[in-house]
Order: sequence, then C-alpha cells, then structure tokens
Amino acid sequence: MNTEDRSMLAARIAGDIPEGAYVNLGIGMPTLVANHLGEGDKEVILHTENGVLGRWIDAPEGEQDPDLVNAGKVPIKLLPGAAIFHHADSFAMMRGGHLDICVLGAFQVACNGDLANWHTGDPDAIPAVGGAMDLAIGAKQTFVMMDHVDRDGRPKIVPQLTYPPTGLGCVTRIYTNYGTFETCSDGNKVRALFVNPAVSREEIVRSTAVEVDFSGI
Amino acid sequence: MIDKQTSDLLEVVSRVNEGDTVAIGGFGGAGSPNMLIDALIKNKNAKNLVIVTNNAGQKEEGIAALLKAGKVRKIICSFPRMKDSWVFEDLYRKGEIELELVPQGNMAERLRASGAGIGAFFTPTGYGTALAEGKETREIDGVNYVLEYPIRVDVALIKAAVADRYGNLTYKKTARNFGPVMAMAAKTTIAEVSEVVEAGQLDPECVVTPGIYVNVFIKV
Repeated sequence: MNTEDRSMLAARIAGDIPEGAYVNLGIGMPTLVANHLGEGDKEVILHTENGVLGRWIDAPEGEQDPDLVNAGKVPIKLLPGAAIFHHADSFAMMRGGHLDICVLGAFQVACNGDLANWHTGDPDAIPAVGGAMDLAIGAKQTFVMMDHVDRDGRPKIVPQLTYPPTGLGCVTRIYTNYGTFETCSDGNKVRALFVNPAVSREEIVRSTAVEVDFSGI
Repeated sequence: MIDKQTSDLLEVVSRVNEGDTVAIGGFGGAGSPNMLIDALIKNKNAKNLVIVTNNAGQKEEGIAALLKAGKVRKIICSFPRMKDSWVFEDLYRKGEIELELVPQGNMAERLRASGAGIGAFFTPTGYGTALAEGKETREIDGVNYVLEYPIRVDVALIKAAVADRYGNLTYKKTARNFGPVMAMAAKTTIAEVSEVVEAGQLDPECVVTPGIYVNVFIKV
C-alpha cells in the first residue's frame, strides 16, 4: 500500500469511529488513524497501553520528555484532559471490556475472527508479544487494518490461520485497501460492508481465500 | 522516627542476593531506574538473577548492561525484541539466557496478584495461543480463560518522581508504568527518586504508591 492508500484507509477507519469512543490504536499503521480523528468537532479518547487516556501529539522538538512516551516509545505531548495510570489498570481497562475499539495490524485474519499478528512462526525470530494478545481480546470491537494481500500477493483473509494465533474469534471488522469486511462466526465467508471503487469485485474475490458476501452493499 | 531515605547506592543494592527474582520498572527508557541498575551491576553477590521487566534493554545501557555483565539467568518479559536490543539477542541466540515470554497485561496482573495475595487468576488473554500451551483453562459464562499464577518477587527496583520520608511516592507521567505493581509484588522495594519533600508536602489524595510498599529510597 502506498502512502496515499494508507492515508485513505486510515480516514475510512476514523470515519467509522463514533463520537465519544475510547480507542486503542496499535503500533505501526494503525497510529495513522489518529491523524483523521480530529476532523470536525468529533471527540474520541485514545488509550495507550503504557498508561494514558486522552489525546496527544508527537512531542515537538525541544518538548520531548523520555518519561512521556506512547506504546511505540515515541515521545508525545499530552493535550488537555488526559489521565495517567499504572500498567495493571491500563490492561484491566482492556481486558475488562471498557475500551470500545482497538485497531491492530495483522499478518492474517481468519473469516471467523481469529487473529495472527504477533509472530511469523519463523523459529529463528526472537519472540516478542508486548500487549498484542491483551489488545486482541480486550476491546468491545477489534478492527484490523492491513493490506488485502501479502507481499507475494497471497490473501491475508483466510479460512484458517497458518500463522500462530494472537487471539481467537476476536476480530469484528477487517479494513483493507480493497474494502471493509465483517467477520462471521459461522460459515466460510466474510461480509463486505464497503468496496473501494478503484477495485473490482472480481479482484476482491480472487484475493480473498474465503467467500465474500456482497449482499449487504 | 521513620525515614526510608538512604544515600548509599551500593549498600541499598546489596539487598539483592544470588538467585533472587528482581522486578525492574520501566517501559523502554520511561521509568527505568538506571542508577539502581548501574549500582546492581557492581554488586558481586547479585548473580544468577531472574529479572522481571517489560523490555530487554537497548544498546549497552540499563538492563542491557546488566545482561552484558552476566548477572541474569532468566528474563520474564513481554517485548525483548526492540531496536538496538543486541545484548539480549546475542545471549538468547547463544542459549545463555532463558526467556519466559508473557503477554504484557498478564505480566502486570501477575505482579499485582502477587502483591495482593491472590493465589492465581483466570484471564482471557492468550487463550488458544502458544503462550498458553500446557496451562490449565476453564470456560466461565461462555468465555475461555487461562489460569495464570503470581510472579513472586524478592526485590523491586523502580523509579519515582517525588518521595517523602515515609516512602509515599508519586511518579512522572508514563514513567509510572509498572512501578506501582512491582512495589506491591516485592518483598523489598527500592525506589530511586528525583525529589524528596517534607512529610505533609505530598497531597495524600495524590500519593500513587503508599509507603507501606516501599522499604527504602534514594535521591539520584
């Protein structure tokens, strides 16, 4: 996905996040969603796993404080109205179902909502999980933001994960450069909610390893 | 008179003994008690340690320096693979350090449980994943959970912002992270602080870690 496509995808996700929602944006591409949340007078509260609720920006040069960072360890500057809390409270907020939406990247998503985003399964890789497993199962809704296909053109929406799972049945929606899709707890399919007008339905069907139900659009 | 302040950095870390489990605060560099870690490296008795900490250090500073000094047998950690974590990576590939990888929220809650006298708890995090393999599971009200046990801690090293002589602590912004739960979990908690105030100067409403969880602190 090029920069423009990423930005459009981030804007599409931001547009689906309602006023007043408490939202965690995962490290990497999902952080782009924040750039589009300030549009209009909509107010959304962000959560970062290392213990902040509120709104923030990247800390400007000269205002960087090593003791004030986001989950990606990037120095931030808090905007008025933030709250700070310790790690056990931060993860209680997730696990306890208090967050409305979490947006995560993914290697693969199964049509039943199983998520793989923490480990490629490569035995040589240094394993690291961070908050991925807590986030996956924590929010009321877990959105995935990803390329529709991998670097080799293979579908990332699959009938069953081949990568090690991060969480089972946790993803509710999949946002890709091709469209927006809802996972289904039964059946070997996803339901299309939006199709990128620049991509044909045939291309989507060809690039998705499960059935795509277009009946809702 | 109670006064938990000390000024002897080497004496304070001599409370760490061979084989101890040591929880070390910090989320990356934020809240990392670097003065205490550097002093711990100079403590000859501190070896074969198990450390509990979110990351595995970067470059050759802080936790990375502790690993490089050969003090650590095992690390309990959520995210050891950061940019510049070459010290950990090298030890891990050579099989010279054991890694127990724990989802971050499970690590926080296992520390909290340890300090709160909870015997074990069922959590949904990690169910059906490689990190729950071999663990007891249970379905409760239609949700699948994994049984997780507390992490018992001998000594916690944490960084706080302000202390009074009773050991009441406040923290600075996201440097708070694991500090409060590690202080609860440990038999002995050692804090490095940037400011010490007279008793009564900290608003009791704003104390984050009450002094009952803190044995000794040092101004750095």
